[in-house]
Amino acid sequence: MSRLIACAVFLAAPAFAQKPQLGSFEAFRKAAVVLRHPRCLNCHIPGDRPMTGPDATLHPMHVKRGADSSGTPVVRCTTCHQETNGELPHSPPGSKEWKLPPPARPMAWVGLDDQKLCAAILSPKVNGGMTRDKLVQHMDSDPRVLWSWEPGPGREAPPIAHREFVELIRIWIEKGASCAA
Amino acid sequence: MIAFKVNGKSASFDDDPSTPLLWVLRDNLQLTGAKYGCGIARCGACTVHIDGEPVRTCVTPVSRAAGRDVTTIEGLSTDLGHPVQRAWLELQTPQCGYCHSGQMMTAAALLSKIPSPTDADIDDAMSANLCRCGTYHRIRASIHRAAELMAAGRRK
Repeated sequence: MSRLIACAVFLAAPAFAQKPQLGSFEAFRKAAVVLRHPRCLNCHIPGDRPMTGPDATLHPMHVKRGADSSGTPVVRCTTCHQETNGELPHSPPGSKEWKLPPPARPMAWVGLDDQKLCAAILSPKVNGGMTRDKLVQHMDSDPRVLWSWEPGPGREAPPIAHREFVELIRIWIEKGASCAA
Repeated sequence: MIAFKVNGKSASFDDDPSTPLLWVLRDNLQLTGAKYGCGIARCGACTVHIDGEPVRTCVTPVSRAAGRDVTTIEGLSTDLGHPVQRAWLELQTPQCGYCHSGQMMTAAALLSKIPSPTDADIDDAMSANLCRCGTYHRIRASIHRAAELMAAGRRK
């Protein structure tokens, strides 16, 4: 019986408790597999054109970021994107607040190695002025981040569970937010 | 019950709130100007305005229209007097015409926001409206002509 209880406690333990040995930057590197996934990168773009799909092709219809991150004056994100995913394959995905990062701070990290990516995400000048707490909050509960794990028909979710991703981000932050290998 | 306005008149829908607005307009309200094209917001044939903003009604749940003003091609004017309609008639813009209610609604939205659009503005606004007949050159010319008609109207 005691073995069964121990097993149940282990299964119910949070990812943090299962990964006490992970160092700060080690946890970040494990989380980076999500940050580099197309579900994140397709919107965290350096230029003015968002991307779509698993191979990061330019968004069709000449869609642009726009001055307010929500499209051009006529072709708005909400012209097509709703607050929920379309049910048909290739129909527009959707969530609340469907928009890109602001043009002044595009929060882009295509091509950055782990250390530069880590530094970029920590920097308020790059990350849109987010504190460390706000970063964790963004990863934990921003509807666009949560959408990545429920991306609708035909789209792949990131390779680790959202709960595990958030725990890795928490470990990284709580152990010092290190970007040193 | 979802209540909204269509072309200035009160309308309502008392069924599944996820029903595409296009079906409500066409099947319930008999406003058949907006067309079903691709069904996945890729072609623009189903475009109408909600509070002046173009939307693709084939993927827009009717619930999004609640309490808001919907304008369809039938409501652009009562007498074909909207500058976009006049320009489209003058230049005989459509070929088969299937996509053109969507083209005209997007063009009307463009001109309401940018009264004298450049070619680049037209590209940005109209690239999401497809025309299998390839009337793009006439669409561009018609938007410029509609802009002239609007400017002339303001000068009167």
